[in-house]
Amino acid sequence: MTGEMSALQLVLTGDPALYAVVRLSLLVSLSAVLCAALIGIPLGALLALTRFPGREGVIVVLNALMGLPPVVAGLAIYLLLSRSGPLGTLGLLFTPGAMVIAQTLLVTPIIAALTRQTVEDLWLEYRDELAALGVGPLGRVATLVWDARFSLVTVLLAGFGRAAAEVGAIIVVGGNIEGFTRTMTTAIALETSKGDLPLAIGLGLVLIAIVVVINALAWGARRAGERYVG
Amino acid sequence: MRAPFSDLPLVLTEATIAAGPVTILDKVSLMFDAGPPTLLVGPNGSGKTTLLRAAMGLLPLTSGRISWGGRDNASPARRAIVFQRPVMLRRSAAANIGYALAATDTPHAQRIDELLALVGLAGMGNRPARRLSGGEQQRLALARALARDPAILFLDEPTASLDPASTKAIEDIVRDVAARGVKVVMSTHDLGQARRLGGDVALLHRGRLIEHAPAEEFFAQPRTKEARDFIAGELLV
Repeated sequence: MTGEMSALQLVLTGDPALYAVVRLSLLVSLSAVLCAALIGIPLGALLALTRFPGREGVIVVLNALMGLPPVVAGLAIYLLLSRSGPLGTLGLLFTPGAMVIAQTLLVTPIIAALTRQTVEDLWLEYRDELAALGVGPLGRVATLVWDARFSLVTVLLAGFGRAAAEVGAIIVVGGNIEGFTRTMTTAIALETSKGDLPLAIGLGLVLIAIVVVINALAWGARRAGERYVG
Repeated sequence: MRAPFSDLPLVLTEATIAAGPVTILDKVSLMFDAGPPTLLVGPNGSGKTTLLRAAMGLLPLTSGRISWGGRDNASPARRAIVFQRPVMLRRSAAANIGYALAATDTPHAQRIDELLALVGLAGMGNRPARRLSGGEQQRLALARALARDPAILFLDEPTASLDPASTKAIEDIVRDVAARGVKVVMSTHDLGQARRLGGDVALLHRGRLIEHAPAEEFFAQPRTKEARDFIAGELLV
């Protein structure tokens, strides 16, 4: 990768280093969204359907955590995984695994908070029907999550957007090691500071293109689903 | 073979529901037993919907008692209700019925087709339920309620916003269902409908049961002033 090459050339010639970076970025962000969905969707749905003392407080904290600064999330995971930290023996710091954990921490509140809102709105609509059908608590959660699935796709996209765009958390716990933990956003930050603007711009274009394509695919799936399922 | 437990007779004894200082249902005593449909009539806010919900077991009483087949806390397995604005699950028409069947542990593709045919929606099982017309959604809601094989079926103004053709379709289904031995309890604004369908008619006003009589008697010889005014088309306020 040289500074003389234009951003477009880098993208069009399929520069292997560039594509390794793209691959790792996607792997980390999609893994983090998957983990966050597995935690956040059931958590948000349960929060939507249960009533307990302090629930409002939990909702406010969850909503506030949507704005958790990535570097702070990175710092928290750094302390957890550093050699002297409680999970230091796992040896995960400065690996893609640590980056997935940090992004999961960032994305889970977004998915949980938006799921809570989506499911609660649907619950207000469905409550009487499900009560009349004698559906139990677990059945309600499953029904609402399933019937809200098209809205939840948008929730997952919001989570993916957060993960794909952030740099603070993964640079702290991943270390931006070339060929190992370097992603599009960390590479853009580094190359910009080094003055290699074509590469930074090339990566930026690829990042934007990927986000647009993923959103377009999700939108298409949502439209098709709504057409056939209602 | 053990006879299935029935929710009938359903007996309300001085059933009262209050929300703060407002009494929505005021010491209503009524019995629903096997037989022709019971029509609940009365102006808006008279307590018809609240009575249906309480009889379904969805609303706790403030005081008084409800028993289903002699039991105070019978599970709602043999009762079903169609709300005035039924909510279609975001699934196909067939899946909406399948969902209700699954809740009763009897999922069965053939049964879904039978129920769709019963309400005149044969061949429309794959259509998204939310894309059906208002009348079709009401009929699907009826099929979904019937999937529970109810002994008693509550219908809350099922034809309130429907055109005459759709209203007739619903009334035909109600007659059909009643002929199959299901007790139908139905609220309506439409006195003509009460005449057409009612085995007996109960008039509610301000949460109180004003009059309850066989339909012919209710219309021919109303005993109370409220009933006479209501039948004459006067506004009960």
